[in-house]
Amino acid sequence: MISIKNLHASVNGKEILKGINLEIKAGEIHAIMGPNGSGKSTLSSVLAGKEDYEVTEGEVFFNGKNLLEMSPEDRAREGLFLAFQYPIEIPGVSNINFLKTAINEIRSYKGQEPIEAKDFLALVKEKQKLVELDAKLTNRSVNEGFSGGEKKRNEIFQMAMLEPTFAILDETDSGLDIDALKIVANGVNKLKTNNNAFMVITHYQRLLDYIVPDFVHILYNGKIVKSGTKELALELEAKGYDEIKSKFETI
Amino acid sequence: MIAEKSQTAQKIIDSISASAQKVNFISGNEVEEAFTYLENKGIPNAKHEEYKYCNFDGILKKEFKNFYQKFTEVAASEIKKYKLNEAINLVVLNGNYNEALSDKIIVKGITIKNLQNFSGNNLTPIASIAKSNTDAFVAFSNAFSGNGIYLEVENANVIPMPVQIIYVNCALEDSWVSPRSFVHLQKNAELTLTERFVNIGKAKVFSNFLSEKLIEENAKLISYTIQQEGSLTYSVNTNQVHLKSNSVYDNTTITLSGQVVRNNHHAVLIGENSVAHLNGLFFTGGTQLVDNHTLMDHQVPNCESNELYKGVVNDKSTGVFNGKIFVRKDAQKTNAFQSSKNILLSDDGAINAKPQLEIYANDVKCSHGTSTGKIDDAALFYLKARGIGDASAKKLLLRAFANEVIDKIEIESLKEEIETELNTSF
Ligand SMILES: Nc1ncnc2c1ncn2[C@@H]1O[C@H](COP(=O)(O)OP(=O)(O)OP(=O)(O)O)[C@@H](O)[C@H]1O
Ligand SMILES: [Mg+2]
Repeated sequence: MISIKNLHASVNGKEILKGINLEIKAGEIHAIMGPNGSGKSTLSSVLAGKEDYEVTEGEVFFNGKNLLEMSPEDRAREGLFLAFQYPIEIPGVSNINFLKTAINEIRSYKGQEPIEAKDFLALVKEKQKLVELDAKLTNRSVNEGFSGGEKKRNEIFQMAMLEPTFAILDETDSGLDIDALKIVANGVNKLKTNNNAFMVITHYQRLLDYIVPDFVHILYNGKIVKSGTKELALELEAKGYDEIKSKFETI
Repeated sequence: MIAEKSQTAQKIIDSISASAQKVNFISGNEVEEAFTYLENKGIPNAKHEEYKYCNFDGILKKEFKNFYQKFTEVAASEIKKYKLNEAINLVVLNGNYNEALSDKIIVKGITIKNLQNFSGNNLTPIASIAKSNTDAFVAFSNAFSGNGIYLEVENANVIPMPVQIIYVNCALEDSWVSPRSFVHLQKNAELTLTERFVNIGKAKVFSNFLSEKLIEENAKLISYTIQQEGSLTYSVNTNQVHLKSNSVYDNTTITLSGQVVRNNHHAVLIGENSVAHLNGLFFTGGTQLVDNHTLMDHQVPNCESNELYKGVVNDKSTGVFNGKIFVRKDAQKTNAFQSSKNILLSDDGAINAKPQLEIYANDVKCSHGTSTGKIDDAALFYLKARGIGDASAKKLLLRAFANEVIDKIEIESLKEEIETELNTSF
């Protein structure tokens, strides 16, 4: 699905990703953990195509195509999705209009006709139900005045609408209450198939009780310093990052 | 400061004086004052503080070799697309009210007249609001405006459908025109009025429009100004509105085109508890200049004013917003709010936005805010990250920006028309 090799990236001349190697196959869920500032969101942004970051070395292939050469919109059209850690508010652009535009641009990229109005509305209804998003929210401007938890839920709603093949969830769990966490996790589990993959960034083992990862990676100081199975997350929860920090202390 | 009288002004005045008929619907004094003002001060140039970004003296010198009045008639079919189905449409062609091209007045309580009908009447209301000694373009109109339209809504008449005045110019050679209107709402009257400006000719036009609006006690005027005069038009548009007590004036000005568009929009709150709203939206490209000067003049206590102007500037064009709020000594308990927001899309464009508050009363609530920025990169990336291409993403954001003003338009077909127009220009 996605293959990241020796990825280096910097922002304003400061190197943040220092050689990431990661291979994610269809049907897999990978969890990324790591202390604050270790580069998790930077990795997501680089994969999604945010222009502020300069890739200085390495390569990323997404379903056999060179991801780094694509525009952000083409990455999304090819099936990549990023649920933002901090979703942006866009006053004046309605959620519905936004999603319809997105779906139709993706369809047109694939050579498909625009979606029928009634099919679109049916899809909205179905996916709203899946993530138990209040119908009132979909009629409002994108994220405007949404609570922290509502924003996160809206990210998952968008993901459900766009049905990506590879989704990155950047701390979608933070800011969610227990019920919302279960709903979001349940949504992800329902969307998961053998043909798609997830990269779940989180600080808490709790989410991984609901979204069970196949692999857990620890990102520290711009590198993946440890990989394992779901037990690694439990171990971290118990011990914290001290051991890793002392072992990989930068000189 | 004594402004130097420019040669351009003299040239215009000479050539116009030779051809223009004497204005007879304005008191002789006012006309004389107008000539004196123009003789002494001329057409303003960049040294004139109020016309700093809008050097009309220079613009006219550069763009016009001659100032003719060579106009032509137009067929009803050429105007049809500007008419609003739900409105009574009136046409002012090349400065003259044209009954043949206008719709029949099918409602009670409206009087329409030619301004020339006021001739010989010493009690003419024309130029009772717009005084010659205040501004060169007011003086110009008082001196040279040959005709125009008078619209009155009688006492307590609530007009059930909108009225639209379409000012159409169609010149054969470079020409000047000075269309004019006087809108009078008697006590308790209500009207929704659209004033639309178009140029369908192939020659350059200098259009000096002036409108006086008198809103009597308890009356309400909802007004839309739609400017779409195209790249051959250089215009000054003056609106002077007097609000008596408990009256409402609500204007939304949408500038769709025009090579140079200068708007002087003045709302003078002369009666207590009156409310004035001035909203505006302009988007400019090429080498256009759109300059909005507004004035909210609070003369009496307990009035409210609200202002929202938005601009989108592209290419090498320039957008100007200068919003003056005057709160006079007696105007206690005034509420006055103003906001101007602008988006600059290009490196070569310019936006000059300036609030100008002069407050002489002590018990007032006034606030203002001005912002100028680029399109929000974070929002743009968010949209792209969902598969929306660069052009559509920008369009969505600009439409969102413009909607705050467009949503003020309550005539559905007009609103749709503006939306379509914006979709093709962004
Ligand atoms: N635009 C930027 N300019 C300067 N520094 C940046 C920029 N973006 C990220 N960084 C820095 O890069 C480092 C990694 O940031 P990143 O957001 O990727 O961390 P993270 O692992 O997601 O942290 P958290 O767990 O707090 O979300 C941080 O030190 C951050 O300050
Ligand atoms: Mg982060």
